[in-house]
Amino acid sequence: MKLTSKNKTVLLKTILHCILFGPAAWFFYLAVLNQLGADPVQAIIHFTGLSALKVLILGLIVSPLAPKVKMIPLMQVRRLIGLYAFFYACLHLLSFFIFDLQLDWSLFISEIIKRPYITVGMIAWLALLVLSVTSPMFVRRRLGKRWQSLHNLIYITVPVVILHFYWSLKSGWVEPLVYLIITLLLLRYRSQKISRLFSRKIKTTLLKN
Amino acid sequence: MLIKNKQNNLLTEADVTDEVIYRQRRDVIKTMGFMGGTALMSHSVQANPFSFFSKEEKPLFKTRKLDYKAAILDEQKRTPEAKVISHNNFYEFGTKKSDPSENAQHFQVNPWQLKVHGEVNKPFILDYDDLYKQFFLEERIYRLRCVEAWSMVIPWLGFSLAKLIRKSDPTSDAKYVAFETLHDKEQMPGQRSRFGGIHYPYVEGLRLDEAMNPLSFLAVGLYGKTLPPQNGAPIRLVTPWKYGFKSIKSIVSIKLVKHQPPTSWNRLAPQEYGFYANVNPNVAHPRWSQASERRITSGGLFDRNRIATLPFNGYGKEVSHLYKGMDLEKYF
Repeated sequence: MKLTSKNKTVLLKTILHCILFGPAAWFFYLAVLNQLGADPVQAIIHFTGLSALKVLILGLIVSPLAPKVKMIPLMQVRRLIGLYAFFYACLHLLSFFIFDLQLDWSLFISEIIKRPYITVGMIAWLALLVLSVTSPMFVRRRLGKRWQSLHNLIYITVPVVILHFYWSLKSGWVEPLVYLIITLLLLRYRSQKISRLFSRKIKTTLLKN
Repeated sequence: MLIKNKQNNLLTEADVTDEVIYRQRRDVIKTMGFMGGTALMSHSVQANPFSFFSKEEKPLFKTRKLDYKAAILDEQKRTPEAKVISHNNFYEFGTKKSDPSENAQHFQVNPWQLKVHGEVNKPFILDYDDLYKQFFLEERIYRLRCVEAWSMVIPWLGFSLAKLIRKSDPTSDAKYVAFETLHDKEQMPGQRSRFGGIHYPYVEGLRLDEAMNPLSFLAVGLYGKTLPPQNGAPIRLVTPWKYGFKSIKSIVSIKLVKHQPPTSWNRLAPQEYGFYANVNPNVAHPRWSQASERRITSGGLFDRNRIATLPFNGYGKEVSHLYKGMDLEKYF
């Protein structure tokens, strides 16, 4: 059977939903049954946080990969992947607030202010929030050209997430470094775009002045 | 997705999670390896990509029962044994909490030699059997407060550090006590890592008066049995008014010295970890507010277990006089 392009997209999306939602459901199922070791709270926080980062990186792979494997439908799943990254980031933040801080608002706020790694994590979450709420088609149309420049924010957000991860570690830097290298390699594919972006910004500021 | 549902999965809060379930959990997490990423990275030194299929079960380290004088029971809810022996910070066996219990099961503790030396008139060595016979063993139920803002309540078996030090007859030059963990890259995979981390062997230290305080304890067992390797077999320090990292594990050397000895975490990050490391809710760590902690007992994800942290972990009556006149924000 020959799959039409539309069918391919549907198939791809179905697979992605399974791969991206499945682990979260499974992990929380295990957590509720108390099967995540001595401290399920820490396990959940680490799992959701690292998953958010991995899904973000998966999102960055799509654009450079699509032309190489000649799979146009791939380009249509970027939003889905991005929204899953935000989904994991939300689970991460909520787990921290609900299970770790146990709904203590004042502690939550003071931790965001006082712990640099949490401040940075919060900034990254806010960036993902902005990208997520501007992801529906009608918002995209309304934003016009500005939409793309807004969504270029992701190129900064991923390194910020890695900084958050690195700062959260008591010792060691190998794992965050591996993520950083992968990210930088993926960002290289956009090096022209990113440098154009900055030069344009400089031009506009120069013009304004 | 296929979810196997076994009857014994339905635990109540009161149940102590048993070995089988802990093992299932590891398999589950291994299978997840969620998008491959982490499988390639650091941590699991011993894991091969096919370990999910081979399912080899490593024999567990054998502990044995000890004779001891039991502690008087108090109201504190203890952390179940399964949690005490599966949630460990022992970077010599890996940096994840589950690493030590997975990687340390082949650790050789017999023969063992603990050297007591330095500024003493009677240096001596304790062999493996001496650790259990030289001193009368008693049980102490202590709170353990980790610098990462979680805590446990653990029934240790052992003897007071003061007894051991007195036996060595310290000279008047002895002002501090320096401790050292076994250095054995063959057995301790974490010590092989060359990338940014603790400089091995792990070392710790106490002021002599801290070491002589009746609370300072050398543990050779927990929950009625000899220590499993992940908890610091065969002998470890327990100083319950200090953060957990002071309680050095698998000790091979106790040396009485003139000057303040270096300590591992302080060497790695002096602005984060001080020499004293007394539990203090008023001095925050750059990564954790120390004002409160999560007490790990039998509860799970939804347990409301965040409690206020007490100065000196609640042992102020016993130890606060040691620090009279000291600025504890400066000497953290």
